[in-house]
Amino acid sequence: MAITFTVNNKPASVDAGPETPLLWVVREHLKLTGTKYGCGAGMCGACTVHLDGKAVRSCQTPVAMVAGKNVTTIEGLSANSDHPLQKAWLDLQVPQCGYCQSGQIMQAAALLAANKNPSRDDIVRHMDGNICRCGTYPRILRAVERAAKQGA
Amino acid sequence: MFHKVMGKEFMGKIERNPNGALSRRGFLEGAAGLTFALSIPGALFAPRVALADNAPGAIGAWVTIGADGAIVLAIPVAEMGQGSLTGLAMVFAEEMDADWSRVSTTYPPVKPEIFGNPIFGGMMVTYGSGSIRGYWDKVRLQAAAVRQVLIQAAADRWQVPLSELHTEPSLVVHAASNRSMSYGEIAGFAQVPATMPTIDKSALKKMADYRILGKNTPRLDIPEKIDGSALYAIDVQVPNMVYATVLRTPVEGGSPEHVDDVAALKVPGVLKVVPLKNSVGVVAETIEAAFKGRSALQVSWSSVPTDSFDSTSGLKEFLGRAGKLDDKGVSYVAKGNVDDAFAKAAKVMSSQYSSEYVYHAQMEPMNVTASVGPGGDSAEIWIGTQGVSINANAAAAMLKTTPDKIKLNQFYLGGGYGRRSPADMLPEVLPLAKAMQRPVKLIWTREQDVKSAQMRPMTGHQVDAALDADGKVTGWRHRVVGESVVAYRGTEKALENNKGLDNIVLEGSKHEYGIANQSIAYLREKRGIAVASWRGIGAGYNKFVIESFIDEIAAAQNKDPVAFRLELLKDEPRAQAVIKAVVEKSGWGKAVADGHALGFSYAKVVETYVAAVGEISLDTKTGIVRAHRFWLALDPGIVLNPDSVLAQTEGNVIFGLSQTFKEQVSISGGQVQQNNFYDYPVLRMSEMPEIDIQLMPTDNPAKGIGEASLPLIAPCVGNALFKLTGKRFRALPMSPERVKAVTGV
Repeated sequence: MAITFTVNNKPASVDAGPETPLLWVVREHLKLTGTKYGCGAGMCGACTVHLDGKAVRSCQTPVAMVAGKNVTTIEGLSANSDHPLQKAWLDLQVPQCGYCQSGQIMQAAALLAANKNPSRDDIVRHMDGNICRCGTYPRILRAVERAAKQGA
Repeated sequence: MFHKVMGKEFMGKIERNPNGALSRRGFLEGAAGLTFALSIPGALFAPRVALADNAPGAIGAWVTIGADGAIVLAIPVAEMGQGSLTGLAMVFAEEMDADWSRVSTTYPPVKPEIFGNPIFGGMMVTYGSGSIRGYWDKVRLQAAAVRQVLIQAAADRWQVPLSELHTEPSLVVHAASNRSMSYGEIAGFAQVPATMPTIDKSALKKMADYRILGKNTPRLDIPEKIDGSALYAIDVQVPNMVYATVLRTPVEGGSPEHVDDVAALKVPGVLKVVPLKNSVGVVAETIEAAFKGRSALQVSWSSVPTDSFDSTSGLKEFLGRAGKLDDKGVSYVAKGNVDDAFAKAAKVMSSQYSSEYVYHAQMEPMNVTASVGPGGDSAEIWIGTQGVSINANAAAAMLKTTPDKIKLNQFYLGGGYGRRSPADMLPEVLPLAKAMQRPVKLIWTREQDVKSAQMRPMTGHQVDAALDADGKVTGWRHRVVGESVVAYRGTEKALENNKGLDNIVLEGSKHEYGIANQSIAYLREKRGIAVASWRGIGAGYNKFVIESFIDEIAAAQNKDPVAFRLELLKDEPRAQAVIKAVVEKSGWGKAVADGHALGFSYAKVVETYVAAVGEISLDTKTGIVRAHRFWLALDPGIVLNPDSVLAQTEGNVIFGLSQTFKEQVSISGGQVQQNNFYDYPVLRMSEMPEIDIQLMPTDNPAKGIGEASLPLIAPCVGNALFKLTGKRFRALPMSPERVKAVTGV
């Protein structure tokens, strides 16, 4: 049975089993491949998307759960890659291999949407579930701080 | 209009312009000269374009110049975050005197005879921190030849002597007549000689004349990596493709004996179950069905000798062997007369060190997509690999065909660190693609990626020092025990050809400390475990041993560990410079906060000089060590892109701390015991220290920086812990349990 929801403000309808992880629906059914498969266990954050504005791990979210809801992926975060976080990410040259970065940015965007002026501890606590194997944490932290300052 | 036309099956191109975040979204407006466009909504897949031969605007094999001045460079390195795609493009643009703002890159076709790395047997491979140092001369000479062709063409057009011309970025200038012509203009009429001109090395640019190198330059790949448009192999979408995953043998070398696929085939969407040499493939219409089918498989595996291997008892055996001095192993370094030095020593110091197996934990699980031609003797492969030549050759060998029948499309790598060099995915994907007669996208689950880890070898070490009556080190003996990466990743023959010496395992075991009599030996173990290159390769444990033991010797004589090293390194000015810089920066020797301590380490890794100071504290109750701050100073020779070197070094500290505190794969009954990030944890943001790096470029050839600093981190921490607790930490990782055991709390 088709499940209907919106992705990046566009209607989507997919024919997938209700328990199918949203991750695979987004990546392979809808071809929005910016969202990444990292662990499939909610341990790394590479698959982070927004569900009605909140950061969720799409690998742990059955597609049935998103029926009628609004999903935002990295592709829908901004119209021209110009979200303050994306600008800060570019300015500070954050990514290395880049694979985890969509998840990092989506995780950070949910924080700034809820808390315009997070402390360093707030940021670290919020971002601690997102692994970056290359070790870009120092730059992620600085980029989130910069974006917050510039009014994300 | 001089852009290249790509393979007919796939349409799309990614421009890497540093001035704009051109991405798939920006395709149409950004690719004015291209002859194609993405026509299928949602068909997001666009491989990095292969430059075709003899296309308009091509000046040699490496560069194409559009009439509008756009320059596309063929850069044959895998980009996995280390930045050498941009770095090598900068080197090329510098020598060609290109306007950097007009430069983008593409991955060249698999032609090792043109694009191979001279330090790796001419293969197209990206490892060993070898891209910049390996291609340094080759790329500069190629670029200078391109510049030469452009100048010659202008000289011919203007009928002026070559000697009256010079270049400005993307411009040939005749100062005498106040005329200039852009590279784009020239490319429109230039006659490119059949053989590019030969350039003498002495004619290459000098560091003082660089316009691009040495300045912070935004990486070309980053705009795509902030909006999800960067393409990794796992993102490939090929028309008519199916999905696959595998259940692999739990013990290296095992084969499926009995496969019960009844339940797997009942999973809706599962198309086929295919027993393979060391795994069982599940092919399905969707990836979720393939994963579900895998979980439903019941497979029994052939028994292999490795079934009985256990890493805990194995390490004890390795260390036992390290201590048996009559078991000589294979000599790697024999300098002076070591036996004599130990016989005459006033004092001998001995310690044993160890390191466990560690897993790459690259964020992109292993994957590959392939289709095999109807005759079974050709293939197209979509992959993110460090080993382009290795994979192309392996595919040709497996299909009993020639490499020209293999089309390989290279993508960004979601982490490499040594994991993505071999062709280990091909024995799975090619038979599956052949069986299906459709393109197959094969993705390993994270659990499979852990269970089939190819690891940095577990090692046991004994290290001995002979001291004379004045405390001078007169003899040094280091014995490294572990399995061979060369034999596993390469062949037994390759190891034999190198006289039984594994240069990957032994990497970093030499040092610059001026000790007259030294021996370093390799004692090989054969346990059948999959062992591999891992960020920093052998230096990751060998520098831990050397830098910890040097610290032990200094402490035994109540000498400051920095002063002691400076004395031993008195003939090494570059080492002295980085050490003195980091000492000054860190306030070494001054008081630190209560419960904190500083540790020091120095090493030359991949020919880059690095010194480090780390500040740590210890929670004695939990055994958790906290790294507060690290200071590093580096001299890698010429620094191409300073900010990129800083980024890599930050990553080295984080990755290094991760392996210092957390990482360990344990093996029982030949099987990897870990599963996923919950039992193979890596460092997280809350555990990172502050990092303060000083780059100290010198006018020496540019060397590796992607893994140069990592090996210094563990000894730095161990030496700081010694200062804090008076105890030596000689086993990696320094997990909380081990720290508690050593401190006896």
